[in-house]
Formats: sequence, structure tokens, C-alpha cells
Amino acid sequence: MSSLSTIDLVRSLPEVYLAAAICLVLLFDLFVAGERVARTATLTLLVLVAGAALTLYGTTPGTRILAYGGLYVADDVSRLLKVAAFLFTALTLFYGNGYLKRRGLMRGEFYVLTLSALLGVLVLASATNLLTVYVGIELLSLSLYGIVAFDRDNGIAAEAGMKYFVLGAIASGMLLYGMSLLYGVTGTLDLAQLSTQLTQSPGVGLIMGITFVVAAVAFKFGATPFHMWVPDVYQGAPVASSMLVATVPKLASFALAFRLLAEGLTQQSAEWSAMLAILAVLSVIAGNIIAIAQANILRMLAYSAIANVGFVLFGFVVASATGYEAALYYTLAYVLMTVAAFGAVLAMSRDGFEATRLDDYKGLSRRDPLLAGIIAVVMFSTAGIPPFVGFWAKLRVILALLDGDQLWIAIVAVLASVIGAYYYLRVVWLMYFDPPGERPGPSQALALRVVLALNALAILLLGIAPGGLLDMVQRAIPGG
Amino acid sequence: MITLQHVLVLSGLLFTLSVAGIFINRKNVILLLMCIELLLLSANFNFVAFSRYHGNIDGQVFVFFVLTVAAAEAAIGLAILVVLFRRRRSINVAEISTLKG
Repeated sequence: MSSLSTIDLVRSLPEVYLAAAICLVLLFDLFVAGERVARTATLTLLVLVAGAALTLYGTTPGTRILAYGGLYVADDVSRLLKVAAFLFTALTLFYGNGYLKRRGLMRGEFYVLTLSALLGVLVLASATNLLTVYVGIELLSLSLYGIVAFDRDNGIAAEAGMKYFVLGAIASGMLLYGMSLLYGVTGTLDLAQLSTQLTQSPGVGLIMGITFVVAAVAFKFGATPFHMWVPDVYQGAPVASSMLVATVPKLASFALAFRLLAEGLTQQSAEWSAMLAILAVLSVIAGNIIAIAQANILRMLAYSAIANVGFVLFGFVVASATGYEAALYYTLAYVLMTVAAFGAVLAMSRDGFEATRLDDYKGLSRRDPLLAGIIAVVMFSTAGIPPFVGFWAKLRVILALLDGDQLWIAIVAVLASVIGAYYYLRVVWLMYFDPPGERPGPSQALALRVVLALNALAILLLGIAPGGLLDMVQRAIPGG
Repeated sequence: MITLQHVLVLSGLLFTLSVAGIFINRKNVILLLMCIELLLLSANFNFVAFSRYHGNIDGQVFVFFVLTVAAAEAAIGLAILVVLFRRRRSINVAEISTLKG
């Protein structure tokens, strides 16, 4: 390994920038903003937007540059994931600000924790070594535990935080144990070397290592049967925190699976894709069926997340460039839709009232046509109905499955989406065909509504013209 | 003579013990945190043993990172535990079940 040099710092510009920005935000909150935390919030948003621009223009597309003696890589996948992570974090915080203020949770620490979670995502996106993967995933997870348990006076949030912490720590432990076995088999921590050295038929140690790693990946994704934490965290944590857990970390989970399985364990794809196939099929079935029984919209979104994670994993099951492309495209589309869904839930809530029950959405079209329209777009899209982006995402995954001769899994995927459509469309039914009754109206904050509308518009436009995003994804995945 | 096999068996036992501890324990959240530490340490055992076996230093470097992360993890776990205890006056695992996963 070579020593640390300036050139390495330049190559890892997004991370270095973000680490510096975290210090800046922390100091700004302490010494400048004081009681006016809204200023810290604004600064954080600026930091995030500038970070996205810096990543977009400060790195060269089409290159693959190693740094820190091969611990870190700046390539097209990491570039796309980082820009998306910056932008989605900004969007999430923007939606969450009003809610945090009303709940008395608007403190500088929330923003610092969010930024450090984002730093974890960035590190993970660029990881080419087991050590970098581990540091990235822990930086993300540890920050998220804090974010989930952020509402100190709320026993439910603390309970959700505790469950998330314990299950997350077990997952990290399994990941670590799996990594130690991979290291034992090959004697290297470098993912590229791992991939070239592991050519012989897998022995017991390697199979165990792969099993642990796959289980940990499934845990971090929230795939069945490792999904127990998902509904509890979504329901128990403050909605702004759940939104953070539900969106940007999905990009990190994709990066984790892509770097570890697709790039590190390339030769062993037969082993891990068989394991992932079982997990993914269970996820889409369990997620979609249990979601039907939910009366709480956050729990419904949680089980919907489990089902959607199944679709992302289907992309990995194919274990080819086509499959990874489909998985990445699906992840990006899913995060875009989920941000909007949580944003709408936040826009519905007011002082002392959180619109978490499905009943709260009855007759929304008459009380607030715009918000009802936005939610309808999100639900149609997540259900996979054309012409929204969710349709193309599902189509890509199913085509990739057919391309990889996984006919039965493709059939399961289609059937599960049909079941899934029921509970998404039920929300639309509640909003448009049920009487409103006596319910408080949604928040009228103009900026929030404008950005939400733009978000919904993006879902529609990316569905009508899917070419741009598809091109980006295809260019990002090597060999695609 | 202590060989690689001995260390691997020991770390496997520690791993099993910690996972069993996490799932069997219904009494005390502190025990959960201790089991999690044990889980990480069993992986550390592997790293050190393999590092010596392969004769390269990477595994031992990894252990330092794991130890640091484990310290941070324990701090966060205890912090959440304190919050939970203030609200519930209990650290009984069986009582942390308001949310039904």
C-alpha cells in the first residue's frame, strides 16, 4: 500500500468534501445558528446540492480511478450512486424540515447525523476492499440508529431504535464473520483480487463465508426472512427519520450487494444467486401479502419496501450486467417514488396530528385535489402501471429474469406485482371514492407542495421518456 | 502446538455462543449488547488467526478498525438503552414489544 497523498484526496473529492462539510455544519450549528436551527437546515441543503454538483462535474465519466492503494475506486457506478444519494438526501431533508420543526426535533444533530449517514453511503459506493465496505456500512448504520431514536421523549421511537440497533448489529457481525472467512480462504481483502483468486470449486469455508455475507446483505436490504426490523422502524421512528431509513440506504444496499457479490464474488455467482433467489421470492410474496392487512400507511409502505427489495434482488439473481442494470434502475426509481410517498405523508400531517392511518386519506381528492393527485401518481407508479417510471423498472427486472432463463421467478414476480397492485390502488380508491368525513386538512406549506408536485412530475416524465435514466444506468454498469 | 484449526473452532464456538445468547436471552438488554460484542470479537479472532496463517498483515489492520467500530457501536447501543430505560423503567427484552414486527 502506498502512503496517503494529495492525489488520493483529490480522487476522493466527494467524500473529502462531505467530511469537511460535516465539520462545518457542526461548528456552524454550535456557534452561528444557536437557537435558529432553521439556518443549519438551510446550510445542510446547500451543502448537499453543492455536493451533487461537485460529484457531477468534479469527476470524469467513463473512467475508473483507484485511490488509497486500491481501497477506493471512483467509477461510473459510484458516480451515479453518489449524485443520487446527495440529491435524495437533500429532498428527504427538505420534506422533513417542517415536520421536525412541529415535533420539536429540529436540532443540529439531526442534520449532522444525516450527513454522516450519507458519508457512509458514499464510502460504500466507492468501496473496493472488504475494509472499506465494512467502514462504509458501519458509518451508515451507526448514524441511522441515532436518527431512528432521535426523539428522546418518545418511548416507541426508542424501542424502534433498540430493535434496529440489535438486529443491525447482528447483521454487521455476520457480515464481518463472512468477510473473515473470505479473507481466510484467499488471504486478501481486496475485492478485485478476491474475484481473481476464487476460481477453484468452493469448499466449506467459502460456502459458509458466502452464506454469511448474503444473509448480511439481505438484513441490510430488509429482505424476508430478515425483514423484522423494517415495519417496526417505519412505524416507530419519527416520520422524517423513517423517510431517511427508507430511501438513501437503499442505494447503499445496492452498492453493498454490487461491490461484494457482483464484483468480489464474481466466480461464485451460482452459489449466491441461488440463495438470493429464495430470499427474493419470499420477499415479494410475504411483503405484498402482509401489506394488504395493514391499516397504518407507514407499515404498508414498510411491507411494500420488503416486496420492492425482492425486485431489486431479482436483478442480482440474474447475475449478469443486464441484471445489475435492472437492479440499479429499479433502486433509483423506487427511491424516487418512496421519497414522494413519505413526503406526501408529511404534507398530510399538522400540529399534533400525523396522518399515519389509511383512513386519514379518505376523500382526500375533495379536500386537497393536488395532494391526492400526487399520492395517486406515486401509488400507480409503485404498483407498476404505465406510463409511470415504476412500470419500466418492473419491466426491466422481469425482462432481465427472462433473459437469464429464470422463467418461474419471472412468473412469481408478475403474480406478486398483481397482488401488490391491490393495496396501492386501495389508497387511490380511499382518496377518490370514499366520503371525506371530519378530518383536519393537509398542511398548505407552499414550497413543500411545489417540490412534491415536481417529484410526482419526475415520476411521470421518467415514465413517459425512460431513455435518459436507462442510458445513464447502462453506462454506469461495466460490461452492460 | 496450537494450530489454525484450534483457533477457528474457538471462534466458531464464540460466534455460536453469541448468536444463541442473542436469541435465547429474554431478560436483559445489557446481555444483548454483550453478545453483540462477543460476535464482533469472534470475527476478530478469525482475522488474527488467518492473518498469521497467510503471513500478511491486512487481517490485523482490519481488527483495529473492528475494535474502533465496536466501541462506537457499544456507545450508541448504551445511549439508546438509556433513552429506553428513562421511558420504560425496565430493560427487560420481553417488555420491549409495543411494536409488533
